[in-house]
Amino acid sequence: MAPTSGDGGACASIPALLDRNATRFGSRPAYREKEFGIWQTWSWAEAKEEIEAFALGLLGLGVEKGDFIAIIGSNRPHLYWVFPAAQMIGAIPVPVYQDSAAEEMAYVLDHCGARFVVAEDQEQVDKVIEVQDRLHQFEHMVYLDPRGMRKYDHGKLHEYAKVQEEGRAARAGRQAELDARKAAIRWEDVCVMLYTSGTTGKPKGVVLSNRNVIETSRNSCDFDKLGPGEDVVAYLPMAWVGDFIFSIGQAAWSGFCVNCPESEETLLTDLREIGPTYFFGPPRVFESQLTQVMIRMEDAGRLKKWLFHRYMAHARKVGGRILDGKPVGAWDRFQYWLGDLLVYAPLKNTLGLSRVRVGYTAGEAIGPEIFDFYRSLRINLKQLYGQTEASVFITQQPDGEVRSDTVGVASPGVELKIGETGEVYYRSPGVFEYYYKNEESTASTKDPEGWVATGDAGFIEEETGHLRIIDRAKDVGKMADGTLFAPKYVENKLKFYPNILEAVVFGNGRSECTAFINIDLNAVGNWAERNNIAYSSYQELAGHPKVMETVQSHVEEVNASLAEDEMLSGCQVHRFVILHKELDADDGEITRTRKVRRRTVEEKYHDIIAALYDGSDKVSTRTEVTYEDGRKGYISATLEIRDAKTVPVAAPKPVAAE
Amino acid sequence: MPDTQQDGYMTADGRRIGPVVMEMRNITLRFGGVVAIKDISFDIREGEIRAIIGPNGAGKSSMLNVISGFYKPQEGEVIYKGARRPPMKPYQVARDGIARTFQNIALFEGMTVLDNVMTGRLNHMRSGLLGQAFWWAGAQKEEVANREVAEKVIDFLEIQNIRKTPVSRLPYGLKKRVELARALAAEPKILLLDEPMAGMNVEEKEDMCRFILDVNDEFGTTIALIEHDMGVVMDLSDRVVVMDYGKKIGDGTPDEVRANQEVIDAYLGVAHD
Repeated sequence: MAPTSGDGGACASIPALLDRNATRFGSRPAYREKEFGIWQTWSWAEAKEEIEAFALGLLGLGVEKGDFIAIIGSNRPHLYWVFPAAQMIGAIPVPVYQDSAAEEMAYVLDHCGARFVVAEDQEQVDKVIEVQDRLHQFEHMVYLDPRGMRKYDHGKLHEYAKVQEEGRAARAGRQAELDARKAAIRWEDVCVMLYTSGTTGKPKGVVLSNRNVIETSRNSCDFDKLGPGEDVVAYLPMAWVGDFIFSIGQAAWSGFCVNCPESEETLLTDLREIGPTYFFGPPRVFESQLTQVMIRMEDAGRLKKWLFHRYMAHARKVGGRILDGKPVGAWDRFQYWLGDLLVYAPLKNTLGLSRVRVGYTAGEAIGPEIFDFYRSLRINLKQLYGQTEASVFITQQPDGEVRSDTVGVASPGVELKIGETGEVYYRSPGVFEYYYKNEESTASTKDPEGWVATGDAGFIEEETGHLRIIDRAKDVGKMADGTLFAPKYVENKLKFYPNILEAVVFGNGRSECTAFINIDLNAVGNWAERNNIAYSSYQELAGHPKVMETVQSHVEEVNASLAEDEMLSGCQVHRFVILHKELDADDGEITRTRKVRRRTVEEKYHDIIAALYDGSDKVSTRTEVTYEDGRKGYISATLEIRDAKTVPVAAPKPVAAE
Repeated sequence: MPDTQQDGYMTADGRRIGPVVMEMRNITLRFGGVVAIKDISFDIREGEIRAIIGPNGAGKSSMLNVISGFYKPQEGEVIYKGARRPPMKPYQVARDGIARTFQNIALFEGMTVLDNVMTGRLNHMRSGLLGQAFWWAGAQKEEVANREVAEKVIDFLEIQNIRKTPVSRLPYGLKKRVELARALAAEPKILLLDEPMAGMNVEEKEDMCRFILDVNDEFGTTIALIEHDMGVVMDLSDRVVVMDYGKKIGDGTPDEVRANQEVIDAYLGVAHD
């Protein structure tokens, strides 16, 4: 791919790309938002006017070069506009996860020392007000939705539309200042700061430069040939690097349209109406979509059920091959065509995926069945592997080389190497500049030559060049007898069953593996309904003997498949327990991006773990829970512990010495 | 109670309560020999949340039906917007700016949420049957304008995700919210809510409370409500009328009413110790 150009030329920043797009794509749609039941559209030229008006307004509020502007809220065009508006006057946008509690928000806002906050609505404003005494640098807050805000003290508060209005009115006096600041933006200047959710410790502020973001956007747009005709639906948190690169970086680079759903609940309808051509989702989204389809098919009439299963079986056989351009017989093609007419096309339309040209999943491993389901419908779903520190892209799968067990080849411009301990390292133009106010972490993550440790253990397949990830490097351990212990690998296998939402596997340094299981209330609840099993709570359903049996059979199947894997046969789950509550981000057990915090879980449920290993068949426990509004409570339960059948393995090979 | 605040006042939380907008003067309502309401007088001020409470059979719903013009009291008069209100048909009352919700939900079950909300706009539609049928310019413009109001209400009450769902498929709590939406779509001056929280769980009640407060705050709508849940009433309302066996036994702020011995007796029964 093209080497790093010295200074980015005329496209050295997002505001510069905005200018270019307003000229080149003037009347093409840049942003859409569903509001009041209608899709409202802003063209690139209109978006530029709105963004400049806001930037001029920010100048009026006294924004200086280098100030941090925090952005808190869900995906709305007006909030996306804050990014270039801040950048064009030399400020640094910092998106914050909108579902963080006030405490978490206080840490981030205080750490970056944000002087300004742009919040979506009253809920977010309240959170900031709650902690504002601790934010010494905080000065002004702008809110988007005026509902309920009338009675607030407006000394520090400003309505978004009013800021724009004021900016427009003062344009004559401030235009020169705006132009001067815009002209001063350089290639190596900070573009954005994103906080990593962090499975351990406090979040870290990852600083990305214009160079990082724009080179990455250019390379990745070239890779998938993304052009101005694409439509994306922006529904993932704005504070997440993926959304930043897709909805801001790539959108600015190739000039495509970003569509914002009306609300979280209407997402599926909105998805259907827009029919994105470029789609991104964590495995969870695809999983729940598939679960929904399966649940609804269970309730369908016999003819429909038969059609669905008949043609889905055929799709599984040839759909993926057709998508990859491999040879398929004429009769099979005809049947696939028929199936498309009767089943696939209507189904894709229902899912809102009819027009998808490029789809990505990342963040976690995706179940092979789920992956194949989408591929067999000729939805070009691929995997990528990335990090905030890499401006997302480390590896991705090229069209025609898609498999569920790898994460693809190195993205354009990215170099890979595997460390002595099996950890994956990378170097690329997207590699972050530094962690804000954290030199120590910067130094330990990024070496002087620019190599960054991913924290994941993996290996590169020799024949294809594809990267395979095994587990988090720090989680990979050894069993008492020296065999490899890779909990995530086993957990993923368990989670591929629709009934299992979350699993945590223990066993590092012990003689056998055990597991915590969370059932999926949607899938299991539906099953219970169909089988007339009454339950009043999650806890009761989780403890139902029939549910225990089903989960046990899943665990045993996983054991059987593990036994076939030479390296991981020692990780078979000997005993398991179904937890009485869902692991929850509010309790700190998982991160906001739903990754298990192993240490927290181990400490919190040490009594249950002890029972898993002392042979008892029951354990009574009392757990603290945090409600959404921050109040705390307790739930008590007696949990049954079950033994699962394992497949004896002749002589597990010890891991080669490091 | 001597009225010392002729032109209204500000509440502690900064809402403006205006002058009296509706007054009941010595209302008596009989059904044959049964006296449902006996010589009751009270007033409703502009912008306030006025609750009517009382044990079962106290005559609360009858009172609301008098306000809405559905029942015609045998004695007494209703003063509305400064003049005595002549006997009116309910639709005339609706045109006059009074909307209501019902104790037992009265929605069109087979229609979507949006269509139900749009029926709330009927009073604001002028085009005739032919115009509507042939979608003439006037009718079209009118529909667009009315749809916009309906959509704003849908947005306000956060029911966008069920916009196109038939009402019959909705759970009870949501139906109640749709009813509120329909009443709001009429852009009423006075909103009558007949037991808006009845049969709801705690979470639904909290949501409904927030919406009622928001409606009052955002649109300045005057709200008269009947409610059983005392916690809700005391939290929401500015002033409370207490009824028992068709008579008024208390009237005042929640604190005053709470301290009123007669009210305590009526509600908790007289203590036997």
